[in-house]
Amino acid sequence: MLYREAGDFKTSYREDGQTFPIRLDRWGYYAILVVAFGIIPFVINDYWASAVLVPFLIYAIAALGLNILTGYGGQVSLGTGGFMAVGAYAVYKLMTAFPDVSIVIHILLAGGITAFVGMLFGLPSLRIKGFYLAVATLAAQFFLVWLFNKVPWFYNYSASGQINAPERTVLGWAVTGPATSASAKYMICLCFAFVLAWVARNLTRGTLGRKWMAIRDMDIAAEIIGVNPLTAKLSAFAISSFFVGIAGALLFSVYLGAAEVGEAFGINKSFLVLFMIIIGGLGSIFGSFAGAAFMVLLPVMLKNLLVGTMGWPTDLAAHIELMIVGTLIVFFLIVEPHGLARLWALTKEKLRLWPFPH
Amino acid sequence: MRTKLIALTAAGLMAGAPAMADLVVPNLSYRTGAYGANGTQYADGFNDYFALLNERDGGIGGEIVQVPECETAYNTEKGIECYEETKDTGALVYNPLSTGITYQLIPKVSVDKKVLYTPGYGRTSAKNGKVFEWVFNAPANYWDGASVAIKYLLDENGGDLSGKKIALVFHNSAYGKEPIRTLQGLAEKHGFELSEVPVDAPGQEQKSQWLQIRRDKPDYVIMYGWGVMNQAAIQEAANIRFPMENFIGIWWSGSEVDVLPVGDKANGYKALTFNGVGMDYPIYEDIKTYLLDTDKASQGGEHVGSALYSRGMYAAVVISEAIRKAQELAGVSDISPEQLRDGFEQLEITPERLTEIGLPDFGPEIRMSCENHGGSGMARLQQWDAAAKQWNLISEFTEPDQEILAPLIEEDSAAYAKESGITPRDC
Repeated sequence: MLYREAGDFKTSYREDGQTFPIRLDRWGYYAILVVAFGIIPFVINDYWASAVLVPFLIYAIAALGLNILTGYGGQVSLGTGGFMAVGAYAVYKLMTAFPDVSIVIHILLAGGITAFVGMLFGLPSLRIKGFYLAVATLAAQFFLVWLFNKVPWFYNYSASGQINAPERTVLGWAVTGPATSASAKYMICLCFAFVLAWVARNLTRGTLGRKWMAIRDMDIAAEIIGVNPLTAKLSAFAISSFFVGIAGALLFSVYLGAAEVGEAFGINKSFLVLFMIIIGGLGSIFGSFAGAAFMVLLPVMLKNLLVGTMGWPTDLAAHIELMIVGTLIVFFLIVEPHGLARLWALTKEKLRLWPFPH
Repeated sequence: MRTKLIALTAAGLMAGAPAMADLVVPNLSYRTGAYGANGTQYADGFNDYFALLNERDGGIGGEIVQVPECETAYNTEKGIECYEETKDTGALVYNPLSTGITYQLIPKVSVDKKVLYTPGYGRTSAKNGKVFEWVFNAPANYWDGASVAIKYLLDENGGDLSGKKIALVFHNSAYGKEPIRTLQGLAEKHGFELSEVPVDAPGQEQKSQWLQIRRDKPDYVIMYGWGVMNQAAIQEAANIRFPMENFIGIWWSGSEVDVLPVGDKANGYKALTFNGVGMDYPIYEDIKTYLLDTDKASQGGEHVGSALYSRGMYAAVVISEAIRKAQELAGVSDISPEQLRDGFEQLEITPERLTEIGLPDFGPEIRMSCENHGGSGMARLQQWDAAAKQWNLISEFTEPDQEILAPLIEEDSAAYAKESGITPRDC
């Protein structure tokens, strides 16, 4: 009854083409932004930032990146963990080499470096597709992890091969290092996530996004209508890796503070992000956020429910939690193979007709 | 429906640990994942000692000790979550049993003012209390272990290792890489040849590494492994018929679960340890009376007496002694983390005190100070007897070679101080 298009008139193409054409959606979006930017920073505590919101936002950025490549560009990648490692080590080298330059610039540069590396590993995509490409990107994952473990220059010759994020500030607020407040951590991740999601949304509905989708749907047909597969595929790899690199940089510098490549950026991370976009919805911006929320928040929630509220032993809870998350993944994929984003779209369809579906 | 879901989600996320009034010592354990078989035994020992104190003595100084457990699965992200979840509940000290998580917590604990106690793991240079005010790693650290192993080999060879070949098989992570510098220094000093053989986590597959060892024919192999990597390495060593008595593991590679799967072929395998092994200590009578018989032991007491259980218990012993010392210094029983840090810094565990606790000769004498957060670094060796299925102690507590270690610790802690802008304290 409330959620409807009736009476919502568009008088220009600009209005018709906006991201949220329905008024209630638009209001919801603004309300979320107001809460995210205006309220949460003032009430957030360390637990909420470090265990819930910061990882959610960072993984959402990584999922956005992989969604550009896999969801929109149709190129399967299992190298996300490796590319996140590139972002993390790039930002580490930059922040220790140029301590006076703003961390925001370093994070963006780290994204740029990752974009370059991603493009390099994207070159095989011009020749191979599907599973074979997945294997090629898997090689990138293993190679990059091996490289950062093997070459001491990347970790500044520290005895243990660990990298540690020193304190850096933005406008006088510490955003990395141990003294960072919960709201500063949250705000820097939120700003990056907001801007990148906005960029991703507008890229994917413009020329570039349409080229990616044309390549995804049928590359030969796309080539015939004039899409250059070289630029389309490589731009998908570059932009996707840029996002993933920023996620890696934030993961290391803001969230973890110290990292070890095999543990923090192993193959598990690649699969985690891939699961996020599959569960969230391939080729959807909302899906990236929904998938990240599902994979990050659900285990924390279940753990608190089972251990904190019900007082189960921690190991039993950990095993049950794995089983519940696994079951839910299978359940969601059976009920809605196109992910949470599709589920959300269907709900909105139904709501538009409600309460008179006939 | 949706609001309900959101409300439920929020409730679920918020229902963290409740606030507690007693002494709180969180146990960041791991009973699942690739390292669960090892982590679970350690966690049991840690829990049981505090449970024993609560049951038998009514806590420490009249204060009940709470040991809330949080599962990390040896994963750094879950480790942070556990730390954040427990730190506002009055937690005094953390013992995460993971070098990766320790590296993350080191900067955090100095801001949040919590004690981090990492016996036998973590960042070695945390021994330097001038730089690492909140971190303690007594009685021994990785570099001590490497040095004690080399000393043992020196003794075996009449004080001369020149021309010998020693291979280091290590977990390719912060943990496994720690001893490399020390061993390089010792190789230079004693003239042996060191080869480094990394094994990527988790380490189930080590065929190529052991092929390399078979080709190079080192005289001795030293291993820094953890979890499933240990069993795989001992199995592979048995497969290439490497003499087990020339194979020495660090203390994390010396538990029953590491050698039992290999069966008789593991006979003679040696490992370092900084605590006693076996059930031959009076404390086990109390554990039986107060915990096993009343069914209050962690996990039903299935691991009581194992090597890792003993080590978890030893960690709990040191923490509880530090709490006692802190209570004595502060004159109150409900101490704060700052007071506990002072307690750690003035901690003294004499052999007499260990006998009093019911653990005679269980660990080396510990004497800490403001600048020395690592104790003496003494360790000893144990050897596996496959027929009797038990570890036997084969050497006395040995001092490591401080001549090599002290400058390395100085150098590494200075690098950390510079990197994170810490001015070392005056002690």
